[in-house]
Amino acid sequence: MSLGSIFDIAGSGMTAQSLRLNTTASNIANAETASSSTEETYRARKPIFSSIQQAMLSPDQQGQAFGSEEGPGAGVRVEGVVESDAELQMRYEPNHPAANEDGYVFYPNVNVVEEMADMMSSSRSFQMNVDIMNTAKSMMQRILTLGQQ
Amino acid sequence: MAISFDNALGVHPQALLAREKRAEVLANNMANADTPGFKARDVDFRAMMERAQQDASGFGMSRTDDGHMDTSMGGADSELLYRTPHQPSVDGNTVDAQQEQSRFMRNAMDYQASFQFLDSKFSGLKKALTGQ
Repeated sequence: MSLGSIFDIAGSGMTAQSLRLNTTASNIANAETASSSTEETYRARKPIFSSIQQAMLSPDQQGQAFGSEEGPGAGVRVEGVVESDAELQMRYEPNHPAANEDGYVFYPNVNVVEEMADMMSSSRSFQMNVDIMNTAKSMMQRILTLGQQ
Repeated sequence: MAISFDNALGVHPQALLAREKRAEVLANNMANADTPGFKARDVDFRAMMERAQQDASGFGMSRTDDGHMDTSMGGADSELLYRTPHQPSVDGNTVDAQQEQSRFMRNAMDYQASFQFLDSKFSGLKKALTGQ
């Protein structure tokens, strides 16, 4: 049923957006986590989204539709979380406890302004998915009252 | 004279189902608002309704053998088209979240309208049956 799958679609959107919010929180929390080597330094993390096609959900229906394109799709999923390979910030702080022999410490490649913009974008998208779910709910409740008056 | 529900209810059940399908497609667009390379889609409502009416009128092709192609299924997906983006985006995504949201709301309102029509049909039938 179409209305039922809207809940799955909006739910997948909410999961994906909250994971994105999670990485943003982690990035901002670790924005000032210094370390003495490039390997140990925290790197900004980004989720990779991809859309789910309906054929993946119901393999028994594959090939049944002759010459048709893929269906309407069934939401979004997170392929994985990748670490940014942007350059780390190297600062000269000889008095820092984590400074290396030359007196340098490495700071993460987190761009806090970018993260804040990302945070707003993901919270808006989350809200939108909640709205969709609410609308689908009221549509469903309405259909249950069919023929009652 | 027997009451035929198909005749009595008219096109409204099909309209309601078509609205439901459109809601699903639009919800999927919005869930993928941040997916790189995702292409926004929408259904051709006119084609959908025309096919529903054709099916209802009995002029559609029927399958009497397993070897026959299922024309109705192919038709169901060919109504699913891609949206023309208003402005290009760097990641290849063509979803305009605000537009999709307004279309979704509009679709929900149209759904309510179709529902109201169907509901009135039922109450009309009820009145005829009880004779009051």
